[in-house]
Amino acid sequence: MKPFPVIAIASGKGGTGKTTVAVHLAAWLAAQGRAVQYLDCDVEEPNGHLFLKPVIDTTETASIPVPIVNAEACIACGKCARVCEFNAIAMLKKPLVFPELCHGCGACVLVCPAGAIREEPRAIGVVESGHAGSIAFAQGRLNVGEPMSPPLIRKVKARRMSEAIALLDAPPGTSCPVVATVRGADFVVLVTEPTPFGLHDLSLAVDTLRPMDLPLGVIVNRADEDRRVQAFCRDQNLPLLAELPDDRRVAETYARGELLFERLPEWRGFFDTLWKQIEARL
Amino acid sequence: MKVVITSSAQTLADPIDMHFGRAKFFILADTETGKAVVHDNVQNLHAVQGAGIQSAETVAKLGAETVITGSVGPKAYRALQAAGIKIALVEAVCPGTEALRRFKEGDLPVLDKPNSEGHWV
Repeated sequence: MKPFPVIAIASGKGGTGKTTVAVHLAAWLAAQGRAVQYLDCDVEEPNGHLFLKPVIDTTETASIPVPIVNAEACIACGKCARVCEFNAIAMLKKPLVFPELCHGCGACVLVCPAGAIREEPRAIGVVESGHAGSIAFAQGRLNVGEPMSPPLIRKVKARRMSEAIALLDAPPGTSCPVVATVRGADFVVLVTEPTPFGLHDLSLAVDTLRPMDLPLGVIVNRADEDRRVQAFCRDQNLPLLAELPDDRRVAETYARGELLFERLPEWRGFFDTLWKQIEARL
Repeated sequence: MKVVITSSAQTLADPIDMHFGRAKFFILADTETGKAVVHDNVQNLHAVQGAGIQSAETVAKLGAETVITGSVGPKAYRALQAAGIKIALVEAVCPGTEALRRFKEGDLPVLDKPNSEGHWV
C-alpha cells in the first residue's frame, strides 16, 4: 500500500457532496495527524476554500502556449491547420489562429516545415496555494469566460507533494476536466445521491472511469429509503464505501461555510469508517 | 460568380439552413450558369468546437465569393473576413432557389458583423 496515495473525489452529477466529502476527509485525516493535501481541481468554481479557509501565500499565473504565425516566413502549406485537432487554426489565405480554441499541444509548431510558428503564453487562470492549519492547500481558478480547464487542472495537480495524502476535489460531469483530474489517481470516490438523476449520472461516471482502469468506490450522500443506487453498485460490483444520512443540520452548517465536526461530532465516525474503507482498497 | 448557400438538404429546392458553421450541406452555385453542386458538411456539423472556422475554410476552398446564410458567429465571421468572402443574409427560412434569386436581385443585405453568439466559447 502506498503511504501517500492520491484520492480523487468525483461524481457525475453536480451538487451531490464532492466538496463536502473532500474537505471533511482532509480535516479528519489532519486531525489524525496524517500529512494531507487538498487540491481543488474544480477550477471553474473552486469552493473548498469556503470551508477550509486557507491562508494563501502563493499565486501563480497559469498559461498555455499558443501559436503565433510569422506571416513572412509562412509558406501557406496548411499543415498547421490540418494537424490541429481543435480547429484552432484555419487555413485561409494565410493561417488564422483562434487562441481561445488552442489546447497548447504544440503540434502546429512541430509540423511547420518553414519554422514560421513560435509560441507565446496565454494566461488561462491562476493556481493559489497555501495551507489550512496542517492541511496543505492548492486550488486553480480559471479566468471567467475561459473554456479550457484541463491545462489548469494539470498545473494544480503538479502542486502535489510527495509526502502527503493528496485529495483531489474533481469538477462534476464526465468530460475532459474530470478525466484530467482523476488520471493517475490511486482511487476514485464517486459521491452520489439517491435520486434518479444521481443514479443516472453515477452510471455515466462509471462508464467514463472504468476504461481508465481506476479503482472506484461509491458514497451515497443524503441516503434515504430509495435503494436504487445501492442496487446499481451491487450489479456493477462497485464497493459502497459509505452512506451519509440526510440531515438538515448538515445543510445548515454547510450553508454557513463551517465544517461539521464541531456541531455534529458523530460525523467523525462516518469519515473514520470511510477512510478505513478507502484504505482497505489501496 | 460562385456562391455557397447553406442548405438543410441536397438541392436548391430545399429550405436553406439558417446556421452557417453547422449547416447540413453547402450548395455551391454558379450565378451565371445556374449550375449547383452539393457538398456534405457532416464533419463540421459534428465538430466539438471550431465548426464555423472549418466551414469558412471549406467555403474558401470551394472558391465561393459570397456565402448566403442566416447566421454567422464571431469566429466564423473572422475567418470569412480573412478569406475575403462576403456574407449575404437571409432573415427567414426559404428555399435555396428563392435565396439565390433575391441575392441576384441585390435584395439580401450584406452582413458587416457577426449576428450570432459563439457556442461555448
